[in-house]
Amino acid sequence: MLPYTAHKPAHTESSEQLRARIPGLGADLDPKDRPSVPKERFDPAASGAHWEFPERQKEKHPRERSIEHRQLTPVFGTTIPTKGLSGVLRRLSYARYGEGRAAHWLILIAADRIDAIESHLRSFGTANPDDPITQSGVLSERRRHGISSRFGRGRADLKHGWLDPLIILGPWLIAGVAAVKVGRMLLRRH
Amino acid sequence: MRAMVYRGPYKVRVEDKDVPLIEHPNDAIVRVTRAAICGSDLHLYHGMIPDTRVGATFGHEFIGVVHDVGSSVQNLKRGDRVMVPFNVYCGSCYFCARGLYSNCHNVNPNATAIGGIYGYSHSCGGYDGGQSEFVRVPFADVGPSVIPEWMDDDDALMLTDALPTGYFGAQLGDIVEGDTVVVFGAGPVGLYAARSAWLMGAGRVISIDHLDYRLEKARTFAHAETLNFNNHNDIVMQVKMATEYLGADVAIDAVGAEADGNLTQHITSAKLKLQGGSPIALNWAIDSVRKGGNVSVVGAYGPMFSAVKFGDAMNKGLTLRMNQCPVKRQWPRLFEHIRSGYLKPSDIITHRIPLDDIAEGYHMFSAKLDDCIKPVIVPAAA
Repeated sequence: MLPYTAHKPAHTESSEQLRARIPGLGADLDPKDRPSVPKERFDPAASGAHWEFPERQKEKHPRERSIEHRQLTPVFGTTIPTKGLSGVLRRLSYARYGEGRAAHWLILIAADRIDAIESHLRSFGTANPDDPITQSGVLSERRRHGISSRFGRGRADLKHGWLDPLIILGPWLIAGVAAVKVGRMLLRRH
Repeated sequence: MRAMVYRGPYKVRVEDKDVPLIEHPNDAIVRVTRAAICGSDLHLYHGMIPDTRVGATFGHEFIGVVHDVGSSVQNLKRGDRVMVPFNVYCGSCYFCARGLYSNCHNVNPNATAIGGIYGYSHSCGGYDGGQSEFVRVPFADVGPSVIPEWMDDDDALMLTDALPTGYFGAQLGDIVEGDTVVVFGAGPVGLYAARSAWLMGAGRVISIDHLDYRLEKARTFAHAETLNFNNHNDIVMQVKMATEYLGADVAIDAVGAEADGNLTQHITSAKLKLQGGSPIALNWAIDSVRKGGNVSVVGAYGPMFSAVKFGDAMNKGLTLRMNQCPVKRQWPRLFEHIRSGYLKPSDIITHRIPLDDIAEGYHMFSAKLDDCIKPVIVPAAA
């Protein structure tokens, strides 16, 4: 009786039956046919690179980097340079903490939340202010069968689905309450 | 140009951005003709990946046409129809020279623990992605390939991440003939991993999810048996019973950071961001594989710690293998499988969304509405 004896469990379908219904069954059975075996294959020519070390991309703005890098990598992304309070925190995190430290990642996550608030506020001074309704995509609920897709289908995620609106609207509610309180405080002073 | 832009957790919109410029002699600028939303894009969308900046454009699955090339580019020219692996990589560093393209050391100044990925936060190098009309593609002589004439655009698009990652996941399982393989997650990567397990010679493939429409796809597309974990108090026990109490020989985690099935784990990770990811599927994989078995992880996790059951993994003598997929290494063999008719990657595409409706696409995919499995984004200029 398995697994108290040495036998493997027998499958309900034989190899022949499987081969008849599954195209390509066993085509990569031989590890030699598997492109990621072995994991490491030393072959510098295989990639198509025609350099030993790449030419360096110009650093137009000071680029933050992990302290686990001994130098700035020769190529890097240039999108969204750091700015504002979130930028201060991001630069601090990169300058002070290695990737093995939880502080590094926690500060970056905190900076992300601050960045969202800073960017929302900044957007109100532009011709294209943030709109949590259109940007969250919830207007598509009806067209995409929001109710019938969720209910009566045994989905595990319904247990925590109520949290999503809080995450989307929470910062707006907090900011609204704070604005009302500050407004009332100022009115009382005058 | 029009481009998807992140505006904070659960919020995206389309904005006008400048067309990217050549910043390095081996850059190309690609006009995007198709992009996809990947399940791992949802980790960004939900605010789980550190250093995801407001204003960033996501998208690491895309194909297009070469619009411009830098002065040192030899292998591509304007007008070429190209597919671009999700990895940004140099091809010449210590890791690339050994075929570990997803672990390149020359493209991501923000971290050494991960290579470069298009449109995947500054933690992955700060590159804009392909959910836009144009995208900068570094190391054009290394990453992109001209799409073979016989291959259609949708198949090529699926080859930029989801299919190679699933195929890679099956390889990491080190499957031998007749093995029982259990795949957690029936999203695009899980479906491809289950389908690929047969190519490696599996004798039985069991796919696990909580969404019935995805399990139906696992049966029809991946020829797998299925289990809905929401119908069972203990899915590990179900796998044990299905394997005569032995456990599966190989388990593949194709879910990653936002796995469902344990409320505490999900809320502490996906909602409160106190873990790098919710390792529910990984823990189930560890517990449902047999002693001495293999666990393959291709679901994406963030860089923070996660509550993983390493005691069980150690005591059972498991082999855990994982990595981001080095995509281009998989292409020649996958091309053969597609030509032979063994794989039809585009069969999992369920929706096509105009770029200007990107917020709808993200919401639908995130909330799993309309039986969505794989949404494709089509820019107006495509």
